Amino acid sequence: MVQPTTKTVTTPPYGVHAHEPDLGFWRKYVFSTDHKVIGIQYGLTALCFLLLGFFLILTMRWQIAHPGEPVPVVGWFLEKVLGSPASNGVMSPDLYNMFGAMHGTIMVFLAIVPLAVGAFGNYLVPLMIGANDMAFPRLNMMSYQLYFLGGVVMLASFLIPGGAAQAGWTSYSPLATIIPTDGQTFWLIGMVLLITSSLLGSVNIITTIVQLRAPGLTWMRLPFFVWAQLAASFLLLLAFPPLEAAGILQLMDKVAGTSFFLPTGLAVGGVTANISGGGSPLLWQHLFWFLAHPEVYVLILPAMGIVAEVIANNIRKPLWGYRTMVYAVLTLSFLSFIVWAHHMYLTGMGTRISTFFQTTTIIISIPSVILLTCLLISLWGGSIRVHTPMLFALAFLPMFGIGGLTGLPLGFAASDIQLHDTYYVIGHFHYVVAPGTIFALFAGIYHWFPKLTGRRMNEFWGRVHFWCSLLFMNAVFLPMFAQGFAGMLRRMSDGGLSYSTRMGPGIEGTLSDTILGLNNFILWAALALGLAQIPFIINLFVSVWRGEPVKSDNPWEATTLEWQTPTPPPHGNFIEPPKVYRGPYEYGVTAGQADYVPQNAA
Amino acid sequence: MEIAYTVRPRPDTGVYNAKLGMWLFLASEVMLFGGLFSAYVFVRVGAPPDTWPHGWLSVPLGTLNTLLLASSAVTTFLAWAACRARRFDQFKLHMGLTLLLGTVFLGIKGYEYHDKWTHYEVRLKDGRIADGHLVKSRTTDEAVVLKGRWVEDRRELLDGRRAHGAHEEIRIAREQIERMQNYAPRHNTFLAIYFTLTGLHGLHVLGGLVVFAYLWGPGSRLWHLDPEHFTNRVEVAGLFWHFVDLIWIFLFPLLYLT
Repeated sequence: MVQPTTKTVTTPPYGVHAHEPDLGFWRKYVFSTDHKVIGIQYGLTALCFLLLGFFLILTMRWQIAHPGEPVPVVGWFLEKVLGSPASNGVMSPDLYNMFGAMHGTIMVFLAIVPLAVGAFGNYLVPLMIGANDMAFPRLNMMSYQLYFLGGVVMLASFLIPGGAAQAGWTSYSPLATIIPTDGQTFWLIGMVLLITSSLLGSVNIITTIVQLRAPGLTWMRLPFFVWAQLAASFLLLLAFPPLEAAGILQLMDKVAGTSFFLPTGLAVGGVTANISGGGSPLLWQHLFWFLAHPEVYVLILPAMGIVAEVIANNIRKPLWGYRTMVYAVLTLSFLSFIVWAHHMYLTGMGTRISTFFQTTTIIISIPSVILLTCLLISLWGGSIRVHTPMLFALAFLPMFGIGGLTGLPLGFAASDIQLHDTYYVIGHFHYVVAPGTIFALFAGIYHWFPKLTGRRMNEFWGRVHFWCSLLFMNAVFLPMFAQGFAGMLRRMSDGGLSYSTRMGPGIEGTLSDTILGLNNFILWAALALGLAQIPFIINLFVSVWRGEPVKSDNPWEATTLEWQTPTPPPHGNFIEPPKVYRGPYEYGVTAGQADYVPQNAA
Repeated sequence: MEIAYTVRPRPDTGVYNAKLGMWLFLASEVMLFGGLFSAYVFVRVGAPPDTWPHGWLSVPLGTLNTLLLASSAVTTFLAWAACRARRFDQFKLHMGLTLLLGTVFLGIKGYEYHDKWTHYEVRLKDGRIADGHLVKSRTTDEAVVLKGRWVEDRRELLDGRRAHGAHEEIRIAREQIERMQNYAPRHNTFLAIYFTLTGLHGLHVLGGLVVFAYLWGPGSRLWHLDPEHFTNRVEVAGLFWHFVDLIWIFLFPLLYLT
């Protein structure tokens, strides 16, 4: 006999647990140890940082398209807050470098990872495995607080004399060390805080998954999302510490005057630097990329997990190749530790090392393709329900596909020579992260919103948000491939003007007016992309209070455990501790009137 | 609200939550120190010829510190074993000994740091180099007084294992000095990595001692409420301490003996 799933909405009080002590505002919303509140804290903070990171790049795109012209609308504000680097509202090259470095840092470490792992991981993992909270609730709270503190340090660095870090999000030494401002020191301290936060978070998520799975929830019954979070947490756990080591060493270089990354005979501004020398700039790059490559998979794996859940729910049939996907994720995570030096082909580290990393890099594309293929084949023969979350999840597949395939020419050392450090690279990884991961995160927000609030987000405005975002994302990033092929470098504050055909007529390899003209096209596309997020922001907040109320605890008719709770789940999550009897995707089975059987149905 | 397996191990995994959490944390620590050790290898292998020093650190003091940490590993284990045997007095004794050994370790480390910090290399305008410890009481605004020796070439300073002439008191007028630098991290990459590695290790020792002091003092109240839970805490803190010991076992030969 199939246990009937709740066809009504369970709201407080919940019977036996009705006498939960009232914790008061501060303990309940600010210093909460409830994984759901912490997840929402992470989510809202990270969304703010996402918007800030976007704003930084929007002003940079103006400078690229119209070098030396005052930034419209916000120019006066920049001058007022940041002073001389933005005098008369014009973005100086220093400010451009600052915004460039902080755009990358904010987007990766303060927006996407906290959103994908901090918000979704925290909120959903305990619910999906049938636990009443994370294994270490207080560490969880501390993890968010450290993240918040790291964000504050990063933001504060804009306001110190000389401004924020200017050496790119990669912070290559010696450049990062010899810029004579304190921005880099702030950056390093901020990173140490963020790394500690992610360390606590990842220990917590792994322990929770290993220890607190509900009875009957064996490894191969875990939803794919949980596997993805587990793999991503292992990457955070093991890949971040070498960057912390590198950060400590660079901090020593900056503060204690050591020379870990400064070679003998280093000259700054034509004068030999007063340092002991004997260090190695390559060492920084090795330690940095040892983190930063697995970090890419931290960005993408939770996104894949979200997409897998949304797709499985909306095709109304099991995922094709669930086991294969699990093994692919594990292989991918392992391999991601031995591909880092493909970012360093042009550093002179030697062709033999390049060959090794070229081989591993091409091998790692196999599990990635397996994952994408499984999701694609899953669609075959499904009775697909199309609505906003599913649209985002479906768009993820080709968008991530473009991002992945354009990575192959960068993985081969020979073709990388032309493309390295050009806009092609920017286009490549933004296709992975922006219309890839961010679309998956949108899918997740639209999908789980009814569980958080008991209301749905508006479908019409969701679709407006989706179609506009899809169109303008591609308008922004597709032209960058053409610019990259033409050899346009990525870090120039004048958008390549000094290398244009106009400046040096008849010189081979200069940038044509068509290529430079794309800068203006990208600017307006980026602005339109920003405007396209307004319906989302309004929809998100208005729906919390005015959205259409759900008629059941399980409005999407999903099988996984997070839907078998009251709406929204109370502190402690489940009314009765759940028992699991089956795999995560039992869709399409005939069970009375329903076409699905929840995991906890006996 | 109770979280499962905070005290008792989960049957199918065989561990309680905190123990797994500590093992994961230690895995991450391995990567942290792994990164720093690989930095050591990098700067040492890539050091320009005749720049990497040998024998700058005191082997007897290093050996003594190694023995101290090794004994503290034993006392930590005994403290945990005492908890398992429900002998609270024995726990107090062994944990107290651990605290003592760890504190002496840090004291010796502090003495070594001080020794390096007051050790100066002074290059004169005529090219000679004086090397020795600053005699602070007799150093004035006009002259610097060192207890040390003269060398002609900087490379003579690189091998501290070779016997050299007796230390004498050297008085150098300040206007003769071209450059004066103590043996701080900025002096060369060896001292830089030495201070970074041992400093970070020292912070770990300090952190471990703070936790032990808590368990020995105010934290031991838990013993009377839930001895099993308390034993777990001692075990987990002990795991961390053994890891810190292990790091020293690598640091000692890398920095002192080669």
